[in-house]
Amino acid sequence: MTDTALRTSVRTRRLNLDLRALSPFIALVVLVIAGSLINPDFLTTANLLNVVTRSAFIAIIAVGATFVIASGGLDLSVGSMAALVAGVMILTLNKLGGADLSTLALGMLAALALSALCGLANGLIVTFGRIEPFIVTLGTMGIFRSLVIWLAAGGTITMRNSELRELYRPLYFGSAFGIPLPILVFLAVAAIGALILYKTSFGRHVVALGSNEEVARYSGVPIWRVRTLVYVIQGLCVGIAILVYVPRLGSATPTTGLLWELQAITAVVIGGTALKGGVGRIGGTVVGAIILELVANIMVLSNFVSEFLVGAVQGAIIIVAMLVQRSLHKGR
Amino acid sequence: MRKMAWTFAAATLSAGLASGAFSQQKNVTIGVSIPAATHGWTGGVVYHAQEAAKQLEKTYPGLKVIVKTSPDGASQANALDDLTAQKIDALVVLPFNSDELTNPVREVKKRGTFITVVDRGLKDSSIQDIYVAGNNPEFGRVAGKFITDTLKEGNVVVFRGIPTVIDEERVSNFEKALQGSGVKVLDKQYANWNRDDAFRVMQDYLAKHPKIDAVWASDDDMALGVMEAIRQGKREDIKFVLGGAGMKDIVKRVMDGDKMLPANVSYPPGMIATAMQVTAAQFFTNAPMRGTYVLNAELITKDNAKNFYYPNSPF
Repeated sequence: MTDTALRTSVRTRRLNLDLRALSPFIALVVLVIAGSLINPDFLTTANLLNVVTRSAFIAIIAVGATFVIASGGLDLSVGSMAALVAGVMILTLNKLGGADLSTLALGMLAALALSALCGLANGLIVTFGRIEPFIVTLGTMGIFRSLVIWLAAGGTITMRNSELRELYRPLYFGSAFGIPLPILVFLAVAAIGALILYKTSFGRHVVALGSNEEVARYSGVPIWRVRTLVYVIQGLCVGIAILVYVPRLGSATPTTGLLWELQAITAVVIGGTALKGGVGRIGGTVVGAIILELVANIMVLSNFVSEFLVGAVQGAIIIVAMLVQRSLHKGR
Repeated sequence: MRKMAWTFAAATLSAGLASGAFSQQKNVTIGVSIPAATHGWTGGVVYHAQEAAKQLEKTYPGLKVIVKTSPDGASQANALDDLTAQKIDALVVLPFNSDELTNPVREVKKRGTFITVVDRGLKDSSIQDIYVAGNNPEFGRVAGKFITDTLKEGNVVVFRGIPTVIDEERVSNFEKALQGSGVKVLDKQYANWNRDDAFRVMQDYLAKHPKIDAVWASDDDMALGVMEAIRQGKREDIKFVLGGAGMKDIVKRVMDGDKMLPANVSYPPGMIATAMQVTAAQFFTNAPMRGTYVLNAELITKDNAKNFYYPNSPF
């Protein structure tokens, strides 16, 4: 008797988990169907590739945000950090000048180093300052944003060397095997992220820290190191996103990356990661980022939403998508 | 005889200059309160304000100009207090918004300070002695006229900025200028005066509309995002993109005869310098200065672009 009861409960739990992980994908399919009904141009390969390529920045940043949020933290500084890293990278490229691959490599290295440092600063202040990550990253958000405004003197930081720009351009606009490079980059980042989160002890420490800090501490999880590292990972993800972002427009402005932090957090939550920590779903996060971009795309392609109401309809779609997901879990 | 007349004129002129110089011995302090450089256009405002301050102090000995930038409306109100504490004789202010700053500026006025308001008007226009502004309705009309004149007929897509009065005035007058012509607006969307957003919206426009003849990007930042999307989409149907505000990179391309960017419409951040000049003249010349100055939104083309090109400005 007890035996069978136990067995069914195990089975329902597994089913439940699967559905929970699947629900963002279901929402994605529903959106795609809705989009194709609204405008036949929606289902063209060109349009869909555009949308997924555009979602690459938020998707890559959101992979990092999955780590931070799963560990019970929050990073509000990613948008400003992105702008700062893009600005510094372009200034470095301009300083080095030459239109060859070594210049590009050095610029990329500078971008990654700076973004890792920014993440490290966030992590160290959160862990050793023992301040709420919300406050810390709100502070660094202001600092990073002001720094880029200062570097640009309020104007625009643009790549000066047009040959270098042409050399770099394919990283956003080029493709391999018919798939745009940014999509390949974000798939790679997501795969590595999933590997670290699911298959390493560090990944399990992250989730343990997010679900219960006290228990994690007594279980011997090196809390400080794990907590600092998740912010470094977040920083690196911002850096990688910028490597793909800069070749698109070749410039950074004080409005670059504005509100990206909110989009990244939204993507993570749509993807099924709990905002209070303890669960992390990389696949869901990636789908969440694509959903956000799809909703915006459908808004422009549709003819019946006034441009004044686009924001309202977008907000409503996201809430409805979340409600549908929630009802799927409750149904079990 | 003729020579004598010249000498006489020269003598009067130099006497005039001397007496002018004499009256300049009075000390005047002008406070300038402007938004901090948070985007391209305000970056240009800060640049032109600082340049004008240097130049004015050189022109009028005894004049002191204090330029203060503020990141938002509330800190601008505080900045006004700080400026008043430094005993300014005149205030040149580009308010963040009309509602929040009307009362703080009125307080400054009550101390007998001369007030010059720039670009965004206050709720109560009796506060200002001088008002200098750009012309937003004209900005939209000039753009619309250029497009109807060049295209005669065809389809345009429109990029809006951030939902504000400025944006509404520009777009409604643009559409008014198109009325009765063969040019139709296919689509309008907000792209927040932002390059990335404009790139995104343009990609979607390209997917949605098989034939677009021209793009009214209405702003140079948005124009740059639009150009990149067109290049990626490899579309040949689009004849040109019309931006606005006179960003130096774009003005340069207009000057060089770029086919995709045949023109631009000015909305000069240098209007702050105009306001400072007029305010200084109020104290150092006898010419009447009080009044309202509306700067033209001018069509910038290949022929006149060099008058709008400021290579040192950040914008």
